[in-house]
Amino acid sequence: MKPIYFDHAATTPVHPEVVQAMLPVLENVFGNPSSVHHFGRQARKVIDEARETLASSIGANEKEIVLTGGGTESNNLAIIGTALKHQSRGKHIITTAIEHHASLHAAEFLEKQGFDVTYLPVDESGRVSSEEIRRNLREDTILVSVMFVNNETGILQPIREIGEILRDHQAYFFTDAVQAYGAVPIDVEELGVDLLSVSAHKIYGPKGIGFLYVREGTLIQPLQQGGEQERKRRAGTENTAAARGFQKAVELLMIERKERNETYRSYKRLFLQILKDEGISYSLNGDQQYAVPGIVNISFPGIHVEAFLTNLDLSNVAASSGSACTAGSVDPSHVLAAMFDSDDLRTRNSVRFSFGLDNQEEDIREGATRVAQIVRRLTS
Amino acid sequence: MKDPKDTRVVVGMSGGVDSSVTALLLKEQGYDVVGIFMKNWDDTDEHGVCTATEDFEDVVRVANQLDIPYYSVNFEKEYWDKVFTYFLDEYKAGRTPNPDVMCNKEIKFKAFLDHALALGADYVATGHYARIRKNGDRYEMLRGKDSNKDQTYFLNQLPQSVLGKIMFPLGEYTKEEVRDIAKKHNLATATKKDSTGICFIGERNFKDFLSEYLPAQPGKMMTMDGEVKGQHDGLMYYTIGQRQGLGIGGPGGPWFVVGKNLEKNVLYVAQGYHNDYLYSDALEALQVNWISGQDITEPFTCTAKFRYRQKDSEVTVYPLDKNQVRVVFREPQRAITPGQAVVFYDGEVCLGGGTIDKVIKNDQYVDYLA
Repeated sequence: MKPIYFDHAATTPVHPEVVQAMLPVLENVFGNPSSVHHFGRQARKVIDEARETLASSIGANEKEIVLTGGGTESNNLAIIGTALKHQSRGKHIITTAIEHHASLHAAEFLEKQGFDVTYLPVDESGRVSSEEIRRNLREDTILVSVMFVNNETGILQPIREIGEILRDHQAYFFTDAVQAYGAVPIDVEELGVDLLSVSAHKIYGPKGIGFLYVREGTLIQPLQQGGEQERKRRAGTENTAAARGFQKAVELLMIERKERNETYRSYKRLFLQILKDEGISYSLNGDQQYAVPGIVNISFPGIHVEAFLTNLDLSNVAASSGSACTAGSVDPSHVLAAMFDSDDLRTRNSVRFSFGLDNQEEDIREGATRVAQIVRRLTS
Repeated sequence: MKDPKDTRVVVGMSGGVDSSVTALLLKEQGYDVVGIFMKNWDDTDEHGVCTATEDFEDVVRVANQLDIPYYSVNFEKEYWDKVFTYFLDEYKAGRTPNPDVMCNKEIKFKAFLDHALALGADYVATGHYARIRKNGDRYEMLRGKDSNKDQTYFLNQLPQSVLGKIMFPLGEYTKEEVRDIAKKHNLATATKKDSTGICFIGERNFKDFLSEYLPAQPGKMMTMDGEVKGQHDGLMYYTIGQRQGLGIGGPGGPWFVVGKNLEKNVLYVAQGYHNDYLYSDALEALQVNWISGQDITEPFTCTAKFRYRQKDSEVTVYPLDKNQVRVVFREPQRAITPGQAVVFYDGEVCLGGGTIDKVIKNDQYVDYLA
């Protein structure tokens, strides 16, 4: 059976053009970008070019881009770095219950350090309310952290509205755009965000590289000690080849984003249509008018996600759930638990399918048919 | 039978050497092998460390060596409801339960088997030292070739209906051979220490563990003549025939637990390994399962074990009500313990077994065993 990959929200394959862009750097550009000789300058040039592309992709300038080791590091640097730097002005942080663990656990870490964190709930729509943000703002609030697109449901959050609310408040505004960046055009000025994180491997780039946008004038406390790279905000020798790959992935994204979205939208429609035609009963999690095209989170009444995903893998279809199932510990998805209730069966019978560039229409048909077979088998 | 390559065998992999070699042998025989790690107990400590994670890592390493897919499944709820609740109830009743027997009956060969079948499995396999043989249209369970490791004692509750769906590849091997196979193939678990004791207690102190779940009521430790010899920490901490941990000495040889009185909260002790109070002539067992699936209507003689790794003894089995039997010993037996399993054998064939409920001496129920 042909393997079918419907887990692009977890990670994406590296685009062939990205590979081609990285190879000459791996082969020829080995210098340390901080070195003051020819070899170093050559590498520095690669980094600077990449930084320029990354900056312009979100309407920022190069000084505002901090290259990091990926999404998790970017989120940690944004949340912990901002909180530590500005704690003299207040210790209150607002975030949501549906953030990625890279943000949620960073906030929990700060809580243990004496910060006061408000976790805003969401309702069944999967969207946080910007009014709730306004209501919970305090004089000592120093940071508001809300993800742009939820990685499990694909639901867009009201970032622009929140940015509007925060324009006249001292609190910095961070958005985790790791899942959004591939799906929606982003302009940091329009959004009014002060910090924004992106990861390369979600957009057909290499793993191990991401960036954090830090608005000019926003100070953050670096989290690792070392050299003066990234304007003293992120010590450590830059990953030159990955930066070139990241750049290429972003260039391709900027050209193709619209077209990709249209393709994914048609994939999603086809996928759901086939399930329907096969007589499968399901419901979609989250308010679909706010869903990005590439992600769909489906609840299949009567299945258990653990057995379902195992079956799916044995039929060579890759998808995932928000629940962590390592070593047999099933923690029901914290996102679905926040939307429904931790006892709601949807937290245990929902699966995320996320489509991508390497999918063909034929894969969608074949994958949906295999999914339908398994659901039927498990519910009969 | 289907070709091995079209036959899916789901192997219960614990991260130990036995189940690792089980998967290896089946893979070498050409089966479509899938490894699944069962998580039945949450032992996450205050540092967030959990031995299941380590064990799962070993499953991953071995599965990658064998190039088989691996997954995990969570049966914590089922285990709690079916095994642990029974375990506590038995202790509360003053008996000594056997959670391994219950785990095989309710978890490994019920919940896990059902899960495997839902994954399209033709068979499940585990690393038990036992054999299954088809005899006509029925299946028989035989002792493992390694008599020292034979685990049929723990498998006595398996019904006929599941035997046709089980493979025990290790039944044909000795433990030493299994270790050698693991070493020869450089399996990641080749030199891993065998787990000991009750799985959910692990390396922890049994008393500490039990005290977290059941209130301990200290009381008197007495001879059968009513002489107070000391204090016990709670009846549940003691089992019949136990010598360790009594904390009493004096002339006349070591002391042993010979009985309990739950109502009076008294632990009875007596001196000498062969003390007469420790011996009995017969027992009655409940929840008797006959592996053949056929009810017993006439008395018959066979051999029996009253504990794991005990030598067989000759007995006569008398059917009572449904699933109940009286077992009369040819020779008096020492330290028959209510709650433990009695398992019957005809030569190499394990006939089935039940739970020891009452102990009989001189045609009377022994009333000092709780």
